[in-house]
Amino acid sequence: MAIDVHLWWIGADAADDRLMDAIRDWITRVFRVQARVYRHADRPTHAFDPRRGQHSSTTILKWLVGREQPGDRTLAVTDADLFIPVLTFVYGEAQLGGRAAVVSTARLTVEQGTRHDPALVTDRVVKECVHELGHTYGLLHCDTPGCVMTRSVNLLEVDAKRVALCEPCDARFQELRHKDGHHEQGTHAHPRR
Amino acid sequence: MSKERTHILVVDDEEIVRESLSGWLAKDGYTLATAHDGPTALEALKRERWSILLVDLKMPGMDGLQVLEEAKKVQPDVAVVIMTAYATVETAVEAMKSGAYDYLVKPFDPEELSLMMVKIVAQQQLVRENVLLRKVLKRDYHFRDMVSKNPGMHKMFDLARSAARSHSTILVLGESGTGKELLARAIHAESPRHEAPFVAVSCAALTESLLESELFGHEKGSFTGAVARRKGRFESAHGGTLFLDEIGDITPKLQLDLLRVLEERKFFRVGGSDAVDVDVRIIAATNRDLGKAAADGQFREDLYYRLNVIPILLPPLRDRREDIPLLVDHFLEHLSVETDRKIEGVSADAIALLMRHDWPGNVRELRNVLERGMVIAKSSLIQPEDLGLVASGVRTEPFDTGLTLDEVERRHITAVLQHAGGNVTQAARTLAIDRVTLYNKIKKYGLRRGEDETFEAS
Repeated sequence: MAIDVHLWWIGADAADDRLMDAIRDWITRVFRVQARVYRHADRPTHAFDPRRGQHSSTTILKWLVGREQPGDRTLAVTDADLFIPVLTFVYGEAQLGGRAAVVSTARLTVEQGTRHDPALVTDRVVKECVHELGHTYGLLHCDTPGCVMTRSVNLLEVDAKRVALCEPCDARFQELRHKDGHHEQGTHAHPRR
Repeated sequence: MSKERTHILVVDDEEIVRESLSGWLAKDGYTLATAHDGPTALEALKRERWSILLVDLKMPGMDGLQVLEEAKKVQPDVAVVIMTAYATVETAVEAMKSGAYDYLVKPFDPEELSLMMVKIVAQQQLVRENVLLRKVLKRDYHFRDMVSKNPGMHKMFDLARSAARSHSTILVLGESGTGKELLARAIHAESPRHEAPFVAVSCAALTESLLESELFGHEKGSFTGAVARRKGRFESAHGGTLFLDEIGDITPKLQLDLLRVLEERKFFRVGGSDAVDVDVRIIAATNRDLGKAAADGQFREDLYYRLNVIPILLPPLRDRREDIPLLVDHFLEHLSVETDRKIEGVSADAIALLMRHDWPGNVRELRNVLERGMVIAKSSLIQPEDLGLVASGVRTEPFDTGLTLDEVERRHITAVLQHAGGNVTQAARTLAIDRVTLYNKIKKYGLRRGEDETFEAS
């Protein structure tokens, strides 16, 4: 069966296999697509901006698109802190209706004053991955509280989301997939976290 | 307003800034465009309307402040946010003084940008609603928006306008739904009292004791539950106009109380012993035949004469059917603002149905029928089935089948001429014949001009 989404760890540290597996499982459940973890040693080191001490998410997206990818879409995950030129940081970036997305774990792990909670971090990374991948399917930000497609600009907003599309977003996703020539293979209940 | 109707223009000489900022905002559903310099931005401003401009301060040629200044000349209500890499108090003050909505220091916090966009959109939405509501309010309460091409109605408007300038009591007569309160508000709006309150009371809606307290107020402890002194509608309307709707329904005791206020211009609060002076212009209204009620002893004759200083009769809609197309256009324009739905109009069949209907609920009923039509209509034209008018509403009185065709024509021409206030041109237009033909028929049937310029059968 053709693979729809390739997940690729492009961080400096070693990949966290449990995190990547969790992302794959949730993407499969939310979007009903085939996802696979892809392993390759290449890293977009040129995306680092020494002046800002961060990686340019836009440069990473261009690098991803420029590579021959085996699946429809590539979702890269990194531990590098990401930015776009006008903003201090971004949790991730995606091509709207495109083929590539990138999510950073850097700011999703930091929580001053609270103890480190690996389950919470996984939860946040999964949400941002599903969110950015949603953009590659053409989904825009949503105003429905709890929907994974709501815009989140701080950790409180990330934590307030569920790993699920609201009904209108799900309907829109199916409509966009249909236009794209893909057809639903059966329905799945939305997982709730 | 949906986000896609919020048009944002990003003006920056750096392509990477334009791309990343517009890409980030596009995911919120806004409609985005970019311009690489000031002149290009101004061209875009002349071409179409923009809600928000995000403008870089330092650009070669025309800088951000110059763009701001020019943009405000072209579109004064556009929100301009200045972006700058170096925050100085001077540039911030200068930007705000020149009319910028706010400024952002690059790189900015995503939360700051997101909140600012939400705030601007919400504020612009409020401003837009406010303008629309003011428009609706203003239009409803002026004579110029009480539409009619009926000569009788125009005579009534002239009388109401003259009456508005006086302080005399006005009695508005007319069936339910003919627009009595609307007329009262228009009279108030054009009176010297227009800056003081217009207070409306429906006399039929309350029991005698409640209405008494409502009109005159009460003192603390005057009855169970009167825990504090309360001003009545007379006091609230001081300096302005008090509209007493359904005046024909008040009890004899209140008729007497009202008569006293009209005569003495002072009253007592319920449970009070001090007289309260009041300067109020009364406009009363009823759908009852108050003269007959007075003659029958059901309404105080002295109060009737006090109220009937300037009587104004609002005719029922069925007597001015030629106004229906005009009123339809008027209401559709208003309703499209209120319901935010674009409807081009009413189909010819639907207009024909509206013209045939008898309108027992008058203009109010017409408005409600059109509102329903706007909601139900599946296309941009309201169709007969969208109106929900039942067959029983259509005029069905039988014709007198014993009449000759000439007699039917004679009677119809007489009625139309009377309805047109004796205006032959107007009557000819209603009858869809030319004036010469109408004059010939007037001669043929022996219809002559009466003293009051109306035509009567001889």
